[in-house]
Amino acid sequence: MAETENIVTISHVSKSFGSNQVVQDLNLEVKKGEFLTLLGPSGCGKTTTLRMIAGFETPTSGRILLGGRDVKESEPYDREVNTVFQNYALFPHMNVYENIAFGLTMKKTPKEEIKRRVTEMLTLVQLEGYENRRPDQLSGGQKQRVAIARALINRPKVLLLDEPLGALDLKLRKQMQFELKRLQKKLGITFIYVTHDQEEALTMSDRIAILYQGILQQVDLPRNIYEKPASRFVADFIGESNIFYGYVSEKRGGEAKVVLENGEATISGTAAEPNQIVYVSVRPEDMVFSQEPKDGFTLFGTVKDVIFAGSVLKTIVELPEKMEIKSYTSPRAPSSRIGDRLYLSWEPGSAVVVPTADHVTYRTIDNPVFAPEKRRDGREP
Amino acid sequence: MKEKAGLTGRGKRMERAIMAVPVSLWMVLFVAVPIGYIFIMSFLEQGDFSAVKLAFTLDNYREMANPLNLAVFGKSIVIATVTTVLCLLIAYPFAFFVAQKSTITKTVCMAFVMIPFMVSSLIRLFSWITILRRDGILNTVLMDIGLIHAPVQLCYNMIGAVIGLVYTLLPFMILPLYSSIEKLDPSLLEAASDFGAHPLQRFVKVILPLTFPGIFAGIIMVFIPTLGLFFVTDVMGGQKVQVIGNLIQNQFVTARNWPAGAALSIVLILLTFLFIGIYKGCGGSMDDLGGV
Repeated sequence: MAETENIVTISHVSKSFGSNQVVQDLNLEVKKGEFLTLLGPSGCGKTTTLRMIAGFETPTSGRILLGGRDVKESEPYDREVNTVFQNYALFPHMNVYENIAFGLTMKKTPKEEIKRRVTEMLTLVQLEGYENRRPDQLSGGQKQRVAIARALINRPKVLLLDEPLGALDLKLRKQMQFELKRLQKKLGITFIYVTHDQEEALTMSDRIAILYQGILQQVDLPRNIYEKPASRFVADFIGESNIFYGYVSEKRGGEAKVVLENGEATISGTAAEPNQIVYVSVRPEDMVFSQEPKDGFTLFGTVKDVIFAGSVLKTIVELPEKMEIKSYTSPRAPSSRIGDRLYLSWEPGSAVVVPTADHVTYRTIDNPVFAPEKRRDGREP
Repeated sequence: MKEKAGLTGRGKRMERAIMAVPVSLWMVLFVAVPIGYIFIMSFLEQGDFSAVKLAFTLDNYREMANPLNLAVFGKSIVIATVTTVLCLLIAYPFAFFVAQKSTITKTVCMAFVMIPFMVSSLIRLFSWITILRRDGILNTVLMDIGLIHAPVQLCYNMIGAVIGLVYTLLPFMILPLYSSIEKLDPSLLEAASDFGAHPLQRFVKVILPLTFPGIFAGIIMVFIPTLGLFFVTDVMGGQKVQVIGNLIQNQFVTARNWPAGAALSIVLILLTFLFIGIYKGCGGSMDDLGGV
């Protein structure tokens, strides 16, 4: 099956610059025709990973396979991958035609074929009639299209895109996201896309790989990344989240009882084991508030801020232990006022349990889980 | 904007005018006045005892076109061309190499380029002679290792003159080249590799065109001074090699014909303008010449 063939295999790849380890033991497989996004905050190693695939950086250890072949020895100009650079990197001394034709010219393709393929590319990126423009006579969006055409004309096995839309304004960015996705579907080329913009990643990708501090956190479908974060970092990084800390006290069927700082909550659909220390992530849109306490787990707090943000109304509630809870509702729903005191709760199915590797060994009232200074994993609550 | 600026605008203009006074004064005193003086002198007759006679004549220009002078003009252009090409061939790899290095290495290397300026160029040329002359260091070493059997004449001839000129003018080639190579955007080089350019293709198609302003500026900075650097040809070329500068020097110092020397100077200045005109006409930037 050609569909499931791995076009890029990254196997135990690490990269250090001096004493600074940028990528740590990365394992990643990219399927043919897939749109994979490397997502993470700046400095997470995503661009370095991309540059290693392109051949601009050499891994300190590990192997990268392109189409099943180890590319350790091959120079960037020998690799069947092409890059769309962050700042476009169009050749300023060449016009649009020459820029797009560059790859074919280097391969000494016949002039007739170059002309035909450049014309094809110009049509594809909707830049007919711009052949003789210089890069400095183009707008940001047009430069972007030229950069994409210049890469695609070589029919690469994989197209690497390094934050290609970073310099565009919001509206143009949204439009280009759509166009890129359309192009990728139409041509069936594998895209590896680097961005720090989670919305962009969620919108465009078939799969998302999340990197943090050089370590791969999770590779999954966008929906799973959002709904089933595999680590506290992912839960926090993707979308907005209220994150609680606790441990599983009991498990019955699909339901688990989780002891949190604020009480005991019931959460369904988790693989966590009893005694396992977990984070519980609740999306702000899943936080429900009410005037009366509900059965089961309820939080109580004071409204600290109400922010109108267009499509949502953000209510910030402060709990007695100074923790802040975000709750998003429709602006049409009844709103609270600053200083209102109310109850917060969530449906058992809407919370996500993010397991950790740690377990509690004893359960007392001053369990170490709830004494931050004694916390064994050393992480922030 | 001029309308809106009103009083403040006038104040600003005044301020600017005052700020420009020292520079203007400098330019007038040390550039305009001497050149004007030379220009006027070039139309006067030679007086007795090396003075000038206040009588208008075009003879200085007419007599300049004698075969001897024209031969020197021609040869000057050849020497300048050879010197420029050699400077370019030496300076480009050097500048390219240095530009890839870390900031500290760059600073040190460029300091080595500049430090010789602190010593008089005459002294530096004479030290070259100790290296190049028949019983000099170079010939001795080459004979000792058996590469040559008899000393090679490396100075007091054309070879010596060109070595001296290349040595003297090399920094003027390195500086503009270095500044344009250092400005190269590394992502453009990566893009070239990414789209299949081998190192040689990358150099020809991307690096060379993008550093052309530096090459062009370097050529101007070497070619024009070569025409006038009489002392280099004097010291290193014996009396056999002459550039336009030597002609001028001869008229002023030996022949004591100041108007003729002045006319030659004016022609050299016009030649300079011509080359700079060509440079600007080809899209060269004056900043690349001065901003190094």
